[in-house]
Amino acid sequence: MRVNITVNGRPYEADDVWEGESLLYVLRERMGLPGSKNACEQGECGSCTVRLDGVPVCACLVAAGQAEGREVVTVEGLADHARQRSTHTAGAVRPGGPGAGRTGEPEVRPAEPEAIHSGEPGTGHPVEPEPSRPGQVAPLAPVQQAFIDAGAVQCGFCTPGLLVAADELLERTPDPSDADIREALSGNLCRCTGYEKILDAVRLAAARTGKAV
Amino acid sequence: MAADRTASAPAALTQATGATRGTIGESTLRPDGTLKVTGEFAYSSDLWHEDMLWGFTLRSPHAHAAIRSIDTAAALALPGVYAVMTHDDLPAETHYGLEIRDQPVLAKDRVRYHGEPVAIVAADHPETARRAAARIAVEYEELPLVVDEATATAPGAPLLHPGRRDHHAAHAPHPNIVHRQPVLRGDVAAARARADVVVRRDYEVGMQDQAFLGPESGLAVPAEDGGVDLYIATQWLHVDRDQLAPVLGLPADKVRLTLSGVGGAFGAREDLSMQAHACLLALRTGKPVKIVYNRYESFFGHVHRHPAKLTYEHGASRDGTLLYVQCRIVLDGGAYASSSPAVVGNAASLSIGPYVVENVDVEAIALYSNNPPCGAMRGFGAVQACFAYEAQMDAVAAELGLDPVEFRQRNAMSQGATMPTGQLVDSPAPVAELLRRVKALPMPPERAWEAAGGPVDVRALPGGLSNTTHGEAVVRGVGYAVGIKNVGFSEGFDDYSTARIRLEVIGGEPVALVHTAMAEVGQGGVTVHAQIARTELGVGRITIHPADTRVGSAGSTSASRQTYMTGGAVRHTCEAVREEVLRRGRERFGASHPAWAEPARLRLADGKVVTDGGEVIGDLAGILGDEAIDLEREFRHRPTEPFDLRTGQGFGHVQYSFCAHRAVVEVDTELGLVKVVELAAAQDVGKAINPLSVVGQIQGGSTQGLGLAVMEEIVVSADGARVRNPSFTDYLIPTILDTPAMPVEVLELADDNAPYGLRGVGEAPTLSSTPAVVAAIRAATGLPLKRVPVRPEHLTGT
Ligand code: FES
Ligand code: FES
Repeated sequence: MRVNITVNGRPYEADDVWEGESLLYVLRERMGLPGSKNACEQGECGSCTVRLDGVPVCACLVAAGQAEGREVVTVEGLADHARQRSTHTAGAVRPGGPGAGRTGEPEVRPAEPEAIHSGEPGTGHPVEPEPSRPGQVAPLAPVQQAFIDAGAVQCGFCTPGLLVAADELLERTPDPSDADIREALSGNLCRCTGYEKILDAVRLAAARTGKAV
Repeated sequence: MAADRTASAPAALTQATGATRGTIGESTLRPDGTLKVTGEFAYSSDLWHEDMLWGFTLRSPHAHAAIRSIDTAAALALPGVYAVMTHDDLPAETHYGLEIRDQPVLAKDRVRYHGEPVAIVAADHPETARRAAARIAVEYEELPLVVDEATATAPGAPLLHPGRRDHHAAHAPHPNIVHRQPVLRGDVAAARARADVVVRRDYEVGMQDQAFLGPESGLAVPAEDGGVDLYIATQWLHVDRDQLAPVLGLPADKVRLTLSGVGGAFGAREDLSMQAHACLLALRTGKPVKIVYNRYESFFGHVHRHPAKLTYEHGASRDGTLLYVQCRIVLDGGAYASSSPAVVGNAASLSIGPYVVENVDVEAIALYSNNPPCGAMRGFGAVQACFAYEAQMDAVAAELGLDPVEFRQRNAMSQGATMPTGQLVDSPAPVAELLRRVKALPMPPERAWEAAGGPVDVRALPGGLSNTTHGEAVVRGVGYAVGIKNVGFSEGFDDYSTARIRLEVIGGEPVALVHTAMAEVGQGGVTVHAQIARTELGVGRITIHPADTRVGSAGSTSASRQTYMTGGAVRHTCEAVREEVLRRGRERFGASHPAWAEPARLRLADGKVVTDGGEVIGDLAGILGDEAIDLEREFRHRPTEPFDLRTGQGFGHVQYSFCAHRAVVEVDTELGLVKVVELAAAQDVGKAINPLSVVGQIQGGSTQGLGLAVMEEIVVSADGARVRNPSFTDYLIPTILDTPAMPVEVLELADDNAPYGLRGVGEAPTLSSTPAVVAAIRAATGLPLKRVPVRPEHLTGT
């Protein structure tokens, strides 16, 4: 079947999708968006959390066909999503605040050979030419920068799902209590950090965003 | 996107700036952090090739069975299937293994554990591969099971590996015992006669899983030279290659490995999983093959922590002096050896804990059985012992009427102590101090859920949002524990690491490229390498080259050794680069300043050559011109020696690390639910190269120990040795709701033998958190609790 989904504000279509394919598979393997992770594919770990029409869901539990015609936001679109939100609210994120740390550090990428790369579209493709490519330096969403600054990223496999869930929490509850944070992130497993620094990161993002408005 | 990710152009892989931030001792941020928060970081399961196939593995439904026949015709007939391979299709060597090559790439005429790979398939869609595997007809005949020590050593027991000829076979007391290590010192019988208090108890530790989040996965690409390139998440590229080349029938230089993004490891990526299968299918089909395990397969695809049965007897005098310890540790290694021999060595040599005991009688063994294979997991053999000896320390203290912390402190080892193996503890061992520190931390408030006079906040109660209690039957307990872990590879292993450093001037600015084969599995090694190179070379811009087998081995990312070993190699190589800078400087500019003649007085800072008085006498741009310095060096720690096979005596370990915990728990005694309220840690790290990462490691390790204490166990059915819970639905790991606040105290007492005085960090916190949590539950409930994980039924007596 053919599936049309708007992902991170851009229309995509994918052909020859099997009935049993999940939204996660279509995003990762057909649309070239591997940011949402595949840690259990059973709805237990939250690594694949995306927003479907604004609601956080486990993309591995959504059949691709269920997403037909709907809006999806993945970690790849989180910075844009946060930017649009902040222009809708009173004040934008402080320039030079979140995001300012980006230029200070060298990056290190895992290697991939020529012709092999993550996230090249399979049979799915954007309907319009891409306005921008990964690798361009765009400011991060506050919650993304806070995860880096607080040391909440170790292996990072849980990070995309946690970021989508945490960003949605902060959208709903700009000044969450620790209990609110724990409740909102209870569906996202992390095996590396022990969560303390993830709590720090969400508190930090809340504090920074709060100061900005 | 492809162009800026080529492995051959590492400089293009990074975005570096001239900022000289992040030297030794600073909380520098991860260089891969931005990629990881934007979803751009390519984990091994994210790799993609336009022409690739998907691999899938058919696994045994039985724990022990003879294979009578395998029929692959129906699988091959399925459209989209490119290859189906069984044991008969293997091109060369058929077995691999870390220490003993006893593990078949694909089972031949017998399967020895539930989930053992029997056949592999390559197809154009993962679902096609799965369906094809389901069409492979295998005829099994079930065989009698070996599931524990009694069935392993009973007369006429089936032998897991009949005719084994490995180097442990000769001294193993039974062919179903992989390895046995005693440790004998002093005179236990005489000490027992003097003891005022004797406590003897049995303990049991369940089978824990590493449960890293990034599934086993990788992409094998056949090369034009007949070799194969494998992009893989692993802990040790070179040891993977050394096991792969023989089973692929290729020379080592035609098997090239490059590290792709690793989503956690914790020991589970030490053994091969899908590496050989992906390479075999790629070579067979001539196409790139990707294999990604789902979570169910992941539970079968890697070794687990050895479950253990332990018997301990402690004797002490009335004044609180520990007189002797006698113990026996039986580890179940499952169907294949993996790293069981080394796990036995650790369990035996660290079995007494960080205490001074003159008289010890220890025996540790690992079994071969039809249970799932067990091997490396964070804490490696020391975790099981720590659970038992710390429970014993509490029990003896209770018998003596002493405070458990004070009793530990009275017997705590310190620098200059002698291990049961006879090895002198020749660097700081602040065991008593670590206990003092966790004990001195302020206590979390009691019954926080009912504070402020408002309604009860059920989220803070055992059972949490399930709203199971409003606190009626909730009691609090506090428990302490401390542990000792070795750092680095032990028992005479030639443990080394390699670094290659290229220093050159680009655009008028000096840049250092650090190339090692270290597996970054999330621990932050890449951050630390940049910090070390920046510090040693005085260069702001550091580029980290992707890890691959084109540079010498870095050894494994395990045993808490990488900051010590590959960090040490980076420093060592930087020193060689600095010498070469000074030699070239002296050659060209020696006449300009007398200090050039005294290299010992010179250092590199901010891209300049500076005297110890702070005078600048040259700069790297001028000295190097357009000629790079490119050097590769190996680094070794001081040599160790094997433990004597009869007495366990020997200088077996390079370094020890120590961590103490205090756990505060609340238990709902009616429902048997536990809430860990706080888990505080104090650890000596020698030198915190990156304090933020150090704290992150301690908290992460503590959480895995908490998991073992109250929820984590692979359940194997007693009748059929079948794994009953291979999913995150049924194998539980701590969520953010299960994990409490974790204050951390970091001590930095330098080990003079180690680079920068540092001490490996990653594992020690996993040891003591389990017994601390269980001690707290015992304190709350008064129950003896001799098994982990502690389950609700253990607390309610149901
Ligand atoms: S991958 Fe979807 S919840 Fe785990
Ligand atoms: S799972 Fe590795 S950082 Fe969370």
